[in-house]
Amino acid sequence: MAMIQGSGWRKVAVFYAPLFAFIFGLLFPFYWMLVTTFRPDGELYRPWNRANTTPFWTTHPTLEHIRYLFTDTLFGTWLYNTMFISIVSTLISLFCGLLAGYALARLRFRLAGSLGTSIFITYLVPPTLLFIPLAEITRTFHLTDTPWALILTYPTFLIPFCTWLLMGYFKTIPKELEECARIDGASRVQAMVRIIFPIAMPGILSAGIFAFTLSWNEFIYALVFLSTTQQKTVPVGVVSELIRGDVFYWGPLMAGALLGSIPVAFVYAFFVEHYVAGLTGSVKG
Amino acid sequence: MTAKPIAGGRGDAATAALPRPRVSPARGLGRLLEDERSLAYLLLAPTALILTMFIAYPFLRGVWLAVTSATVGDPGEYVGMKNFQRAWNDTIFHRTAINTFVYTGVTTVFKLALGMWLALLLNREFRAKRYARAFILLPFIIPTVLSTLAWQWMFDPTFSVINWCLWQLGLITQRINWLGDEYLALISIIIVNVWRGVPFYAISLLAGLQTVNPELQEAAAIDGATAWQRFWRITWPLLLPVTMVVVLFSVIQTFADFQLVYVLTRGGPANATHLFATYAYQIGVGAGLLGQGAAISLALFPVLFVVVVLQLWYIRRTETA
Repeated sequence: MAMIQGSGWRKVAVFYAPLFAFIFGLLFPFYWMLVTTFRPDGELYRPWNRANTTPFWTTHPTLEHIRYLFTDTLFGTWLYNTMFISIVSTLISLFCGLLAGYALARLRFRLAGSLGTSIFITYLVPPTLLFIPLAEITRTFHLTDTPWALILTYPTFLIPFCTWLLMGYFKTIPKELEECARIDGASRVQAMVRIIFPIAMPGILSAGIFAFTLSWNEFIYALVFLSTTQQKTVPVGVVSELIRGDVFYWGPLMAGALLGSIPVAFVYAFFVEHYVAGLTGSVKG
Repeated sequence: MTAKPIAGGRGDAATAALPRPRVSPARGLGRLLEDERSLAYLLLAPTALILTMFIAYPFLRGVWLAVTSATVGDPGEYVGMKNFQRAWNDTIFHRTAINTFVYTGVTTVFKLALGMWLALLLNREFRAKRYARAFILLPFIIPTVLSTLAWQWMFDPTFSVINWCLWQLGLITQRINWLGDEYLALISIIIVNVWRGVPFYAISLLAGLQTVNPELQEAAAIDGATAWQRFWRITWPLLLPVTMVVVLFSVIQTFADFQLVYVLTRGGPANATHLFATYAYQIGVGAGLLGQGAAISLALFPVLFVVVVLQLWYIRRTETA
């Protein structure tokens, strides 16, 4: 909006100052994570009110915490586990969401309305409502402590989201495109796979990226369904293996938090626009 | 719910015959895929299967667990409403219920106010706007547990950087024990939740703001309306549908929150900061009392139900309007 009136100081007071305050507040914890990662233990455990010449940076950066993470813990394994689980559950969810979204957006059948509504309702069911019975169910299926316990349960919150997002996307694609293909002799399935899905690629990408970050972020199922150290995901591994009793290994903890965030941040950095489209699409009815 | 191939060809011949110029062989599968109804059910089958197995069934199973005395390794027996009665008479559960409502209410107000403010700031044109927007979303995309750990470090009773800053500014002489005091701990949790939620509100509301016609604002400005009036009379009403949906979504997430409290306090000190989800975890997983834990997590259900109904009603209304 070209509504910025007033001159210099006023603009600083009502616009730049609050904006910078927001950015500073929102980013400071990440900066602190970064500083702590490279700070030697001697500087980390200085009581809060001890005189301190370099409070916000360090003059003796060290890679010790990162080394500890990879040699004394299974951080590498956790990274791999998280990556594997996130990718597979995202792919399963995209597959299901594509088919379901297409059916709900394009095909006329009796239960369309009620099935659409029930998928939307499952979208709103938080994992915290179901983790106790689900823990029991994964035990019955002998999935506990395997990646499959998560790969099969993450789609419960990813599929509804993908379906909902892609349904909205399919609705914006003109019906005529498909009809032309069908007149040329393509079957329904051919028209769907060859004509509609390629056009929906941006939507698919948005849904996929968003689903990937959601699975990377998931905590409670991973905490409850996995128990051995080798099977853990990054969030669970960092919280459970680097805090022992009352002892917090802050250096490695922050290094783990930083490195565990990088894959998501990386994906995000490359696809900001798609991510934002997924985010805003996820709340649009 | 799943695709029943019985409906395949029969009775649908009329609809199926119309738009098919080059008649492909009437093999079973081909016919099935060409029929709108059976194709729809086939496409929905994988989704229906997964959601039935891992949402609908666990939900029913959870309701059943809640009325049994099940523990880990022991299926238990039917005990009626006993688990709910016990929760009803449990002072920690009372505290948990109050915490959950306070937490949801307070954070929602702050997230909406700050998120709206940030959205309005971002809706202006300025250099590096794209970068600002990208960076602002970081708290939302970085895994919550990991960013919450950074906060826990910042709240550390002995090494807190926040305390250091306040002390340097001359605001405090005694350390603040952010997570050690029961009220302060709840406030700290609220601060972190607001921090994490503001970007989501801001970016969603910004998307809504971009659809508001700037000419309306300009016209009102020419008529002498102040910025404050323009916001409440023009922007706010036009943005209300988006705001409603964002708030309802966020209320569900916040009400059922687990990670923040689990990392920052584990419900402590002295069980003073539990939310429904963390208390259910402590009882159901920590202590292994599945029945009792399931009953506690079902306490989430009535409120979630109301919010979901509200949301469905609201979406219906805006769709038909």
